Amino acid sequence: MKKWFENFHENWRHLNRKLKIGVVLTVVMLLIALISQFWTPYSTTAMDSSRVMHSPGLLHWMGTDNFGRDVWSRVTAGSGMTYLVAGLTVLIGFVFGVVIGSLTGYFGGWLDEVIMRLNDMLLSFPSVLLALIFISFLGKGTLNIVLALGLLFIPSFARIVRSEMIRYKERDFVRSARILKISPLRIIVFHILPNARVSLLTTAAIGFNNAVLAEASMSYLGLGVQPPTPSLGRMLSESQSYLFNAPWMAIGCGVWIILIILGFSLISDGLKEEGGDEQ
Amino acid sequence: MNYIVKKVLTLIITVLAITILTFVTFTVIPGDAAVAKAGVDASDEQLEALREEMGLNDSIWTRYTRWIGGALKGDFGYSYQYNNVTVSYLIKTRLPVTLMLAGLSLLLIIVFSIPLSLLAVKFRGGWIDHVISGANQVAMAIPSFFMGILITFVFGLVLKWFQPGNFPSPSENFWGSVGYLMFPALTVAIPKIAMTVKFLRSSIEKETKEDYVRTAKSKGNDEQRILYVHVLRAALIPVITFIALVLAEIMAGSIVAEQVFTLNGIGRLLITSISARDYPVVEAIVVYLTSVVVVINTLVDILYQLIDPRVRVS
Repeated sequence: MKKWFENFHENWRHLNRKLKIGVVLTVVMLLIALISQFWTPYSTTAMDSSRVMHSPGLLHWMGTDNFGRDVWSRVTAGSGMTYLVAGLTVLIGFVFGVVIGSLTGYFGGWLDEVIMRLNDMLLSFPSVLLALIFISFLGKGTLNIVLALGLLFIPSFARIVRSEMIRYKERDFVRSARILKISPLRIIVFHILPNARVSLLTTAAIGFNNAVLAEASMSYLGLGVQPPTPSLGRMLSESQSYLFNAPWMAIGCGVWIILIILGFSLISDGLKEEGGDEQ
Repeated sequence: MNYIVKKVLTLIITVLAITILTFVTFTVIPGDAAVAKAGVDASDEQLEALREEMGLNDSIWTRYTRWIGGALKGDFGYSYQYNNVTVSYLIKTRLPVTLMLAGLSLLLIIVFSIPLSLLAVKFRGGWIDHVISGANQVAMAIPSFFMGILITFVFGLVLKWFQPGNFPSPSENFWGSVGYLMFPALTVAIPKIAMTVKFLRSSIEKETKEDYVRTAKSKGNDEQRILYVHVLRAALIPVITFIALVLAEIMAGSIVAEQVFTLNGIGRLLITSISARDYPVVEAIVVYLTSVVVVINTLVDILYQLIDPRVRVS
């Protein structure tokens, strides 16, 4: 990774177009989200009865909402929450998925059989449905959404890591390491996992994509991030009542969600293409 | 036959495991059913009496067997949020809308995705192919609730083809309700059509490269006929497993669509019940939804085995 950045210009040129567009889009959106946490052109909460439901213009790029709040400021500030929730859930899925996948894949046995059966079953559910089921158990709220979605993403990581373990564990370099009496933990962490980085990155990108979608859906349904914290899904559901008089409220929000998702899906598509070239 | 028996047995065990898991989870999570029913103002004696009456003091195993025994007869107990309304009554009244919505969505998916993917393959590399795959990319990036809002805006508010929020009851005005449901069904179907076209297109494409297609061509068969009769039939086999995924996705999609189009289906019932902490209802719907997914998967596995005898699962 460090080497890759030393030769940044040369290496960047060789990446495929989808990956480039995806990375640029995501970085720009992330920067906007980050800046909006500290500074927005207008206040995200202060109401102003003199500019209720203004259409988009030079002063308000995305117009104003039913309380006279600037839609752009609220959308960009809300997107921070989306990235935060998505990041945390992918992190949970990644950490637990890698641990479970490594152990079951490397050692095998009946536990492997049982866990993979469970995995397959969980993977046959659409993420929104499964998130809804977990939320039924946990109750609504931001922390519960993170937990529910995190749980949701464990199986996909576990599965990919497990298959990489199985793919590499009988290769010569791993066998040699075993003969040299290197501990299994060391073999997994330093010898096998580095080889799995491309597929792990791809899974992470798909995970982000699904996490953003699931978080927005749950917030839209009123089960995720609770007011007064701004959240894109919640704002969309509120904007629905003003769809006829102020469609820009919904459109600004919706387009922003699409751009976030598009960035991640372009990255995952691009990574898949890169991975394909390698083999 | 052996395979089918094994699959059905696994299915029964899985569904049982789901009910146990759900029941135990709802028993463990904080929140007292007696408090939920009597309200926070109730005195300790009242609560204790209510607990005894509701059988909450029995062991978890006794309560589970009682619950599952009732559930098998379609009795899931009483709802907390509505007084004296049974859970099964709630589900029975809400289910038709959800089923109609799911059926319409599936119909739309089948009607659109097969011709579209054939078109894409037929004009491979041409502008039609590019337009279809471009539209696919966009359709897959739009979250279903936003798609629903866009459809409400365009067809409901601008074109006025339907009145958002004013769903005619299916028992009074059947065709009126079907007409209204077309729009949520479209919402559910569009992303899945995109998924299916992408999948089917590559499946057809792979099939056209097979030897038997070349043989059929060399024997002087008409190219159209080869595509429609031989290739499409073979290409649809892998789609069967894909259908299980699509059906599950339709269920998830209709929960969201019900909320966007204010349809009183199972999905809205689940969401209001989660917010109201109406556990008997949530419990029943969770068991119902998960069982449907598991049953669909099993059926598809069996169907796949019957259609394609090459698949021998160990």
